[in-house]
Amino acid sequence: MLAFILRRLLQAVIVMLTVAFIAFMLFQYVGDPVTNLLGQDATQEQRDQLRKDLGLDEPFPVQFARFVGNAVQGEFGLSLRQGRKVSTLIAERFPATMELALAAAVIALVVGVPLGVYAALRRGRFGSQVAMTLSLLGVSLPTFLIGILLILVFSVQLRWLPSFGRGETVALGPWTTGLLTWDGWLHLILPAITLSVFQLALILRLVRAEMLEVLRTDYVKFARARGLPDRAVYFGHALKNTLVPVITITGLQLGSLIAFAIITETVFQWPGMGFLFIQAVQFADIPVMAAYLCLIALIFVVVNLVVDLLYFAVDPRLRIEKPAGGH
Amino acid sequence: MSSPPTSATPAAPGALARFLDGDVWHSFKNSPTAIVAALIAAACIFGSLFAPWVTPHNPFDLATLSLSDARLPPAWMADGNTRYLLGTDDQGRDILSALFYGARISLLVGFASVILSMIVGVALGLLSGFAGGKVDAFIMRVCDVMLSFPSILIALLIDGVGRAIFPNAHDELAFGVLIVAIALSGWVQYARTVRGSTMVERNKEYVQAARVIGVAPIRIMVKHVLPNVMGPVLVLATIQVAAAILTEATLSFLGVGVPPTSPSLGTLIRIGNDFLFSGEWWITIFPGAMLVLIALSVNLLGDWLRDALNPRLR
Repeated sequence: MLAFILRRLLQAVIVMLTVAFIAFMLFQYVGDPVTNLLGQDATQEQRDQLRKDLGLDEPFPVQFARFVGNAVQGEFGLSLRQGRKVSTLIAERFPATMELALAAAVIALVVGVPLGVYAALRRGRFGSQVAMTLSLLGVSLPTFLIGILLILVFSVQLRWLPSFGRGETVALGPWTTGLLTWDGWLHLILPAITLSVFQLALILRLVRAEMLEVLRTDYVKFARARGLPDRAVYFGHALKNTLVPVITITGLQLGSLIAFAIITETVFQWPGMGFLFIQAVQFADIPVMAAYLCLIALIFVVVNLVVDLLYFAVDPRLRIEKPAGGH
Repeated sequence: MSSPPTSATPAAPGALARFLDGDVWHSFKNSPTAIVAALIAAACIFGSLFAPWVTPHNPFDLATLSLSDARLPPAWMADGNTRYLLGTDDQGRDILSALFYGARISLLVGFASVILSMIVGVALGLLSGFAGGKVDAFIMRVCDVMLSFPSILIALLIDGVGRAIFPNAHDELAFGVLIVAIALSGWVQYARTVRGSTMVERNKEYVQAARVIGVAPIRIMVKHVLPNVMGPVLVLATIQVAAAILTEATLSFLGVGVPPTSPSLGTLIRIGNDFLFSGEWWITIFPGAMLVLIALSVNLLGDWLRDALNPRLR
């Protein structure tokens, strides 16, 4: 158990260091930071002075160590395009992305799990066929197209829902939330649905496949033979055992929700981190790109780690030490 | 001992007859989904390959464009013109023609990046499975790290870095950066698949026999092991073509994909998005439908191929 946790922690640290190294290389070799700060007309002395001030003349490992030190404190310098501190920019945008991602995750789970169970129990019937076809469409439709279609139907044709921005927000300290105003909720609906469609289809298909697998096992047959009512068999025995992979996938998908939010945020001009990142890519704004990269990597690593540990807690079979060796 | 069916003419009729009598073809004939998907995919590919000949207009020939034809709705609507079946965009370009020209670029980027990522992935997978030890451990750790991020994010990042390195890139270079970005986000899947099968094949007798008679390891890998691990790779490649086309469309939609001078389906959707609110839905919706049609048919073909090549599912 302890060895497992330590190994996972070590892996997480290595991933973070790798990502930090990539971000560092970006800073170092893509676009000359000195030229960026001084402009083209600076004299050679000014350049050398700045190079010294920034510590760019020091050996490579020292520079990398300082970069990591700064990154740990959330310090990534100034945005090349906006001239503001990158950490402030990201802190402003972070709540918008988190609220969007969480809303999408909730929709995906609340709709996806029951539909998956339904599709498994009514296998081959019309309703379940419809659900499966729609889910295939959900996996094949690119996120931005779903967003455009929703805007076309609900904003342009029906004029029911707003199509861009977060609406009215309330500031709770550093955290601005759209969840406390009616306007904020209205603005959240379309982006959240857009972001959730892919995950919803994924969860639906996963739950269905797992349910079909479990329904074939002996203990379910045995429970039936004992005369337990269908409800108890399906929800008490079968569904419970399908939840382990569902929890894992959902957890892991939380990270990709935040990443896929880039697309949704662009379509709906949602003022989140993803929108910031896309603008940074378009204008080659390296500090913002590097900071976003490190933050996303951190979120992914933490989520993966938590899911691994949860897995451990949920599935007792994993706790037994496996015999060493393998084949 | 039968000679491998690589030699061209003598083996060809036999190979074709064997294929027509084989499981794969039978399964294809009995799957309506696969037939429809194959027809749609073939039509899209044919139409895009021969776009200059099958389309009614050349959307990029400035001489034939006229702004008085701009923003015409599809032919069946009130203001429509039968010259432009699916309407025109803001510069008077025929949407139907732009669709095929756009699909051509989408398919080009999709296929090129899949081939590139297949080469990288298969090579690294073979090496990893065959060499084992530290090489294997290193390659697999890299795979782990890459797999923990969504491929679209990796593609975006590589694309962003490419743009930063070549800020004034001309068109060909922009295409190259895009293809490399998509390819490098997808090779991991191949590497892991090939590594798994290679590790199984490595211990089989024919490989040991080849070793004993002194065949060089590279030759064993390429000539003997590779043909036996290609089945799953082909299935994966089919599905990855759809994924790569969607990734390209997404990047182009986000404005960091193909150069605007040669618009792909994603670029067309991005352009059309600006006219959504003025009611000109056709500029966006038709390229979107084309994109979904291609992705869906290729995906269905991939699903069918996976089932057909996997005897356990029958």
